[in-house]
Amino acid sequence: MKIAIASGKGGTGKTTVAVNFALSIENVQLFDCDVEEPNCHLFLGFNLEKVEDINILTPVVDKTKCDFCGKCSEFCQFNAIAVLPEDVLVFPALCHGCGGCAMVCPKDAIVYENRSIGIIEKSKGGNIEFYRGVLNIGEAMSSPVIKALKKHVDESKTAIFDAPPGTACPVISSVQGADYCILVTESTPFGFHDLLLALDVLRKLEIPFGIIINRCDIGDDRVEKYCDTERIPVLMKIPHDRKIARLYSEGIPFVNRIPEWKVKFVQLLDKIQAQI
Amino acid sequence: MKELTVISGKGGTGKTTIAAALVSLAENAVIADCDVDAADMHLILQPEIIETIDVSGLKVASIDETLCIKCGICKDACRFDAITNDIRIDIYGCEGCGVCAYACPEGAISMIERKAGDAYNSETRFGPMAHARLGIAEEASGLLVAVVRDNARKLAEKYDRDLIIIDGPPGTGCSVIASIAGVDMVLVVTEPSVSGIHDLERILDVADHFNIPAVVCINKYDINEKNSLIIEEYCKDRGIEVVGKLPYDDTPTKAMIQEMTVIEYSDGEFSNKVKDLWENVREKLT
Ligand code: SF4
Ligand code: SF4
Ligand code: SF4
Ligand code: SF4
Repeated sequence: MKIAIASGKGGTGKTTVAVNFALSIENVQLFDCDVEEPNCHLFLGFNLEKVEDINILTPVVDKTKCDFCGKCSEFCQFNAIAVLPEDVLVFPALCHGCGGCAMVCPKDAIVYENRSIGIIEKSKGGNIEFYRGVLNIGEAMSSPVIKALKKHVDESKTAIFDAPPGTACPVISSVQGADYCILVTESTPFGFHDLLLALDVLRKLEIPFGIIINRCDIGDDRVEKYCDTERIPVLMKIPHDRKIARLYSEGIPFVNRIPEWKVKFVQLLDKIQAQI
Repeated sequence: MKELTVISGKGGTGKTTIAAALVSLAENAVIADCDVDAADMHLILQPEIIETIDVSGLKVASIDETLCIKCGICKDACRFDAITNDIRIDIYGCEGCGVCAYACPEGAISMIERKAGDAYNSETRFGPMAHARLGIAEEASGLLVAVVRDNARKLAEKYDRDLIIIDGPPGTGCSVIASIAGVDMVLVVTEPSVSGIHDLERILDVADHFNIPAVVCINKYDINEKNSLIIEEYCKDRGIEVVGKLPYDDTPTKAMIQEMTVIEYSDGEFSNKVKDLWENVREKLT
């Protein structure tokens, strides 16, 4: 079973839930899909080893063959290639690597070379199987890294995807294909508003979901009221506890220090299985 | 005209709270909410929308079943695995590159327009505001950010404003790059947790990569003073100024519930520290 953990608003505690959940259940894989700002490893303390480079095929133009006809730049939907009277410029950061420019080039002047945009790493040892993707600094496209990361899912295990914040493409790439999505929110105006946006996305993608309210005693009761009327299951409530906040700030998973929470995360898995 | 982007790398550090407070302190600014896929600034500023602009994003492939002979050429040509084995387009995977349409021998594929979202030009109690709403499960957030920034510049010209304050998205990817490209300075809001420190390092690398000067604000600095010191030392080593340190306080949440900026809500310690922050930022910008 594949379970994604998302939120809409950032900083609501996705990573906290993902890590503590993974540490509480058996036969599990944890994937840090927040490849722009991956954080899970900070709580796990595992040694990481590189599994693969994520490459995008980027065009290289042979200027001895090119007659500057402009067909490639006309085709490119991403403004990644520009043709001047006597030169062709490629903007690698904009190129999606679709292969279209070479296909339309009448002079066979375009070949592709691999350009690394990020890497996939995995844990060496440790009690859970952990993978993360890291997008290189200055790179725009995180989806190819997220998609490559999810290819390491082992269907015989429970796979947990820690998604990035927001509702845009990196989130969609992270939650797509999941059997269930946990939305972690806090009951503040920002938390609630962004929760509604995330719910819209999950409904459109037809992924079943439930909610965890983090720091449930700050803010007001708008999230619970909403879940009540919409019959959305509230799977867990985590209080605003200085001890938990402190452990978080130090990078310590709270189930390691407050073991009664382990039981709650095991029950969380049961609740999800019962719902789907 | 100057542009300042408030970013954070990590989400939930208080970026929007601080950006909104700066907006209420600046006398002559235009506001741009570039966190288009989880925009929250409007919840505090309550903009009155003057103009709504339809923004189309990249196109999406569409197969005419009556012409398709299921040869599979399109599926092999698509580099994004967006065509299924039974020759259907996965609209969430399709990047709109047009390769399949070009490759199809039967002319069965056309590229159709797809709406990215709506952009708005609005009026708020602190001045003009440009913002947007990304369509549900739409992907062109970077494009929408570029539109919002462009609209903000036009508003600044129209109303003779000399500063644009941009609330940027979390992360380091496409919409972040679009939010900071070419601005005069970024203000990075961080928090003293191991995640905050890690994400700060990455977002400062991104600012460096694009040659944009950065300053840092540590929010909730007192939840872990040891980590706050680590951040200060780290910034010093990089030659980056820490322009503000804000205490952990329930003022932001309470102000948010009242739909107010922290400055409007209270003149307590938190607000005073934000005012100091603003003075420092303003000095740096000129
Ligand atoms: S399509 Fe080929 S020949 Fe024409 S400008 Fe591009 S690279 Fe040159
Ligand atoms: S590979 Fe595709 S995206 Fe890249 S330059 Fe060529 S046409 Fe543009
Ligand atoms: S290439 Fe054209 S005809 Fe062949 S399967 Fe694709 S859509 Fe159908
Ligand atoms: S437009 Fe490009 S990404 Fe979309 S289905 Fe066709 S080949 Fe694939």
